[in-house]
Amino acid sequence: MEGSAIRLHHLRKSFGETTAVAGIDLEIRDGEFFSMLGPSGSGKTTVLRLIAGFETPTEGRIELAGQEVTGLAPFERDVHTVFQDYALFPHMSVEQNVAYALKVRGVPRAERAVRARKALGEVRLEGFGRRRPAQLSGGQRQRVALARALVGRPRVLLLDEPLGALDLKLREEMQVELKALQREVGITFVLVTHDQQEALTMSDRIAVFHQGRIEQVGTPAEIYERPATPFVASFVGTSNLLEGDTARRIVGMAGTYSVRPEKIRILKESAQSDEPEHASATGTVAEVVYLGDATRFLVDLDGGGRLTALQQNLETSSEDVAAYRGARVRLQWHRRHAVAVPPH
Amino acid sequence: MVLLTRTAGALHRRPRLRLSLLLAAPLLWLAVLYLGSLTVLFVSAFWTTNSFTSEVVKVWSTANFRELFTTPVFRQVILRSVGVALAVTVLCAVIAFPVAFYTARVARPRWRPLLVVAILTPLWASYLVKVYAWRLILSEGGLADWMLKPFGSSGPGFGLTAAVLTLTYLWLPYMILPIHTALEQLPGNLLDASADLGARAGRTFRSVVLPMVLPSVAAGSIFTFSLSLGDYITVQIVGGKTQLIGNLVYSNIELNLPMAAALGTVPVVVIVLYLLAMRRTGALSSL
Repeated sequence: MEGSAIRLHHLRKSFGETTAVAGIDLEIRDGEFFSMLGPSGSGKTTVLRLIAGFETPTEGRIELAGQEVTGLAPFERDVHTVFQDYALFPHMSVEQNVAYALKVRGVPRAERAVRARKALGEVRLEGFGRRRPAQLSGGQRQRVALARALVGRPRVLLLDEPLGALDLKLREEMQVELKALQREVGITFVLVTHDQQEALTMSDRIAVFHQGRIEQVGTPAEIYERPATPFVASFVGTSNLLEGDTARRIVGMAGTYSVRPEKIRILKESAQSDEPEHASATGTVAEVVYLGDATRFLVDLDGGGRLTALQQNLETSSEDVAAYRGARVRLQWHRRHAVAVPPH
Repeated sequence: MVLLTRTAGALHRRPRLRLSLLLAAPLLWLAVLYLGSLTVLFVSAFWTTNSFTSEVVKVWSTANFRELFTTPVFRQVILRSVGVALAVTVLCAVIAFPVAFYTARVARPRWRPLLVVAILTPLWASYLVKVYAWRLILSEGGLADWMLKPFGSSGPGFGLTAAVLTLTYLWLPYMILPIHTALEQLPGNLLDASADLGARAGRTFRSVVLPMVLPSVAAGSIFTFSLSLGDYITVQIVGGKTQLIGNLVYSNIELNLPMAAALGTVPVVVIVLYLLAMRRTGALSSL
């Protein structure tokens, strides 16, 4: 049965003059991996802290599994948090850290040890129980923080930029692992991140935050392919926005359209498709950015405006693509990839 | 100029020479004045005096130490001194913790430096002024008596209690300061994490705050303990007839210098033992 894990009603939070969260409504379903994505200062972390109970809302209500928890203290909520800098207790061993939630609840010592070891196993840290947090690497501390938050099997696990401090390689590994872990334990995960790629990789659904409001809630594919606002289009992935005259000229209709760089093909200027489904525009390559696996072309359109196109380096090398600088080209894409974005 | 550059260059290439030049003066100071005088103290404790002329007889003997541990009065005074030092330390810790908690975590950040200065100001006042102030407070019909009168009680008067109270007042800043620093540096998200995992305030205090601040309490206790153990003026002014080690040293110094030296060795040994005990708590690294 699919119930709701968290429900936010008209949630608002102000710190003095500044409004961090400007009245949001949101439902997070039981057992889903939900991400709150947004730039720093967009209010996503504040929402997380409101759910955890570290802050009290200025207005609005928070429901956890159907129960109102708005005024409850953090220790009265069946929610555990993985902190951005892990917040491990430095004076306790790894096992004591992990067993903390159980100890607080009065679970007998022997059972504590068994469950803590099992939790450490879940995050692949068997045998690390006696170490101190200071003796672990960043990635290992991250796992301890996870085990500590999971050992009590909370209703909801909150993760505040949990992979932010790890290097790229480790981060990508942990993304896969986190997702697998979430499937395994079946707990609702709520992840706060500013990394759109991370959100797209792991989430069942994403809420995109901007200036204390939610711009769009949807699956990764919906967010990426059907951005609801210009902000979502530009924040999630890179996007070309066609507006005003440019839109009218190329798309043929007024409005704002988003075209993803990887949907655009670069052709010779003379090439003209007779497919009615294809839209195209000519221009001059202003800049070529070699990315290793792909190349990004910045093209100044003849009628004004600039588009970014991304090409996989299937057969081209860095020398080949460099020759494109200053070249005349035709950009072409399928009309269905120019997605109408409702103006703000 | 050239010579200077050349010397600097030569020194740069010889880090050991640089270090020894840098440390020569302070090391000499430490070795000669500090360790030297301690050695003299220790050696002279093994001499005796001519009981008629009070002149020091430089003959090797452990008589002083034997007397120290067999004479009941000496034993009592030593135990009393250690007891006073421990009582002052415990009182300081008990009072300092809430004060430091307020200055480090409760008070508005803007006010914190001012509060720290306020805690430190008594250290700028003369020791004697403060002790005499306490003499006035504790004297018969003084402030303590006046305040306790409505409750049908009176102040402690001069004596051991008065000495402990006054010493506690004197050394309190040395305890507040390290605890304040430790509490101030305690990451707030550890408290959040503890609450998040289900701990109420009391549990968080016992399991997170206290263990993390304990080394600093131990560090502060090194000050309060050793300062109390070495004190003999406060007890003369407010202690009535109470005698501590310092008083015995003081009264022996004219008549029996070797005995005074033997007595003086006692607090040194006790403090070394105390330091060794505190080292195990990690206090020395949080000084």
